[in-house]
Amino acid sequence: MVAQDAHAHAGPQGFIRKYVFSLDHKVIGLQYYFLALAAVFVGMFLSLLMRIHMIWPTAILPLVGEIRPETYLQLLTMHGTIMVFFVLTTAPQSGFGNYFLPIQIGAPDMAFPVLNMLSFWTTFVAFVVMLAAFFAVGGAPLHGWTGYAPLSALTNSGPGEQLGADLWITSIAIFCIASLMGALNFITTVLDLRAKGMTMMRMPLTCWAWLITAILGLLAFGVLLSAGILLLLDRNLGTSFYVPLVVVNGQVMGHKGGSPLLWQHLFWFFGHPEVYIAILPGMGVASQLLSTFARKPIFGYKAMVYAIMAIGILGFVVWGHHMFMSGMSPYSAFAFSIMTMAIGVPSAIKTFNWLGTLYKAKIRFQTPMLYAIGFVSLFVSGGLSGPFLAQPVLDIPLHDTAFVVGHFHLIMGVAAIFGMFAGTYYWFPKMFGRMMNESLGRIHFVFTLIGTYCIFMPMHYLGMAGQPRRYSQFTEVAYLQHLMPLNRFITYAAFVTIAAQVIFVINLFWSMFKGPKASDNPWESTTLEWTTATPPPHDNFAGHTPVVYHGPYEYSVPGAAKDYVMQTDPAGVTAH
Amino acid sequence: MATLSPTIRVQQTDQGGGGTAPPIPGGGGDGGRGDGYPDHGQRLRRLRLALAIGLTSVTMIFISLTSAYIVRRGLPTFDDHTGTYIQDWIPVQLPLALLLINTALLAASSLTAELARRQIIRQAALAPVRSIPGVSLGRESGFPWLALTVVLGFGFLTGQWLAWRELADRGFYLATSASSSFVYLLTAVHGVHLIGGILVLLYAAVVSLLHRPVEGRRIVVDVTAWYWHFMFGLWLGIFALLWFVR
Ligand code: HEM
Ligand SMILES: [Cu+2]
Repeated sequence: MVAQDAHAHAGPQGFIRKYVFSLDHKVIGLQYYFLALAAVFVGMFLSLLMRIHMIWPTAILPLVGEIRPETYLQLLTMHGTIMVFFVLTTAPQSGFGNYFLPIQIGAPDMAFPVLNMLSFWTTFVAFVVMLAAFFAVGGAPLHGWTGYAPLSALTNSGPGEQLGADLWITSIAIFCIASLMGALNFITTVLDLRAKGMTMMRMPLTCWAWLITAILGLLAFGVLLSAGILLLLDRNLGTSFYVPLVVVNGQVMGHKGGSPLLWQHLFWFFGHPEVYIAILPGMGVASQLLSTFARKPIFGYKAMVYAIMAIGILGFVVWGHHMFMSGMSPYSAFAFSIMTMAIGVPSAIKTFNWLGTLYKAKIRFQTPMLYAIGFVSLFVSGGLSGPFLAQPVLDIPLHDTAFVVGHFHLIMGVAAIFGMFAGTYYWFPKMFGRMMNESLGRIHFVFTLIGTYCIFMPMHYLGMAGQPRRYSQFTEVAYLQHLMPLNRFITYAAFVTIAAQVIFVINLFWSMFKGPKASDNPWESTTLEWTTATPPPHDNFAGHTPVVYHGPYEYSVPGAAKDYVMQTDPAGVTAH
Repeated sequence: MATLSPTIRVQQTDQGGGGTAPPIPGGGGDGGRGDGYPDHGQRLRRLRLALAIGLTSVTMIFISLTSAYIVRRGLPTFDDHTGTYIQDWIPVQLPLALLLINTALLAASSLTAELARRQIIRQAALAPVRSIPGVSLGRESGFPWLALTVVLGFGFLTGQWLAWRELADRGFYLATSASSSFVYLLTAVHGVHLIGGILVLLYAAVVSLLHRPVEGRRIVVDVTAWYWHFMFGLWLGIFALLWFVR
């Protein structure tokens, strides 16, 4: 023990080393979290502007002025990009993962702290470059978060496609590098830093989710990086990877022979795994919370692990379902369709296991649990439209309509956001040593859940009725007139839902300083982060190394003294 | 926000440097930090693991570029003069002799990297014995394999640059044809990776001048040597692609 204490270190002193260029995975996790928080507000603000424009297209807004059609596309692009990269890829994986993965596996830090710090600051730079696109001459790009060529590959294809688009691509490339560094760190940490007794099959499902997400990131971001480099070359050095012979505004461009579909293939080879990068950490959090608050072992732990793996693997062979409209051969479309529907199997396994965990349980309906259940609800509602879109015959009329917008917002956008809320309410006591306000949490939950459904459910109907996606002005279109009341309803719902987020922000910052002091294990959870002090010391376990004796979800164990057994509890080992 | 990173009262050690390295076991630092660490075997294993993981993503970058290469090569393109679809892929006239010389240089550097790796393993193994007062092992053959590797690496990069000049002389610029775009791109991306390796080797060389413990240096050299071998293999793959799939 003495020998070990000699190696325990005090945290670094001084503001810069401690909070800015910190090597501590917990501080870095919080940095990622707050970066994503800032990003989500930017993204939300942009979405509000879009919704306002949809129902009052000629309104002159304070500060923003008039939203012209091209402005709408710029808002759309920046909203999607910021949300996907700087919110959904940043907070659930890099934020919570950084903070809790090492603690949950009993490690004192990530495998490579300096690399970890670099990943965060690289992500930060990417975010700044992305925001800079707003201020570039011509403004932000308008090619959507998917950046389809040739629109994105020509510098004269529209306002915002000059410097703005270059900044956009550069930012994405920087983000790729940051994510690759992060993925490397996560995988090494899981494989090499687990405490004694923490076998792979004793890891909490959160850790499994972070591991598989990191592997997906490792394999996917390199592809996006190469795709981005090719795009930059096409734009700036006259190559023709993506650009065929095109005429823009009567002017023949110098390019020849490139293939816009090449971009789509590369982009979606990254893009589909990316949606799992966004959602898997949320699945991990949901599993952890459902088990904890239902006071039952997770139903089918092994099945859950294998399902995550299956989703990860299948996720790499379905990218073509985004391209049914591209004129691909019906044989490939068929293959992609079958593969996509095959992903429904592991997804259904997960869903049934979540429901099995809840079945006949004495559920504690605290805010984190509400959000975990909300996650399952959104995942199911959003997921059910997946098999429709997976069939080429149905996707062709639905693609590029509001139906798709409804689908992906439910399953990827808001479900992942619910995972983040669940994680925030659950881990807040550990991170800040205080409890969040339960009443405010519940009010926030009710508004957010109902609001979300009010926004995104009607979009399915709009889509089926033929309202296209990425169009800015519907008010003058005859065949969409009868849909305008629904559109107005969605915008009002968006107002209310966004306003309700103020409750969250107040709760977050108020509780950080004024909330009641939290005990070390307020939720009576079993995993390792709840065995250490609140908030955890610099090296997580105050100079001693935990030893693990149990699986992660031993709740309501027959014969145990309490209704749960900590993973580090040496007692009861022989009882099994 | 005083609760962000609480400082617990633990025994201060005199390790300096802010004391930010986490404790063993299971702790680790980035290359270069935490010398004086007891468990070098563990650090070596961890860095080798990280290298394998990192090279996976490098492989993905090259797989995606290769598949883009093959897809783009097979595409017909619309010709505005004849109004028909034609192939616009012009096979690049690679400076074969020069590239073969470069390949030989890189092969040699991979060999010297391996010799440097083995040399430092030997030194590290003998270090404890050597530190016993009065024990003499004779002079270790201190052939500068590491430096030679760096020199050969620079030689390869210079050769690649000459190859680019040669291509330009033959009329193949970056935007001449998709084929030449790929030649420049693939060699450039590979070259950037090599420069990274050279920087790490230079770092290892500088560290060796500072008389830091041999164990830490051994880890750097070992991991970089494996990286270097990988870069050699990668070059063979790129070269084969560019030559056989013209
Ligand atoms: C406050 C909640 C939100 C509202 C009201 C909202 C609204 C919208 C609207 C109106 C569009 C444009 C649809 C179109 O014309 O095609 C859009 C697009 C999009 N949103 Fe959201 N959104 C919200 C949250 C999110 C979240 C959390 C994500 C995270 C994934 C997200 C990701 C996207 C993406 C990727 C696009 C597509 C952008 C593109 O087409 O390039 N949104 N959203
Ligand atoms: Cu997909």
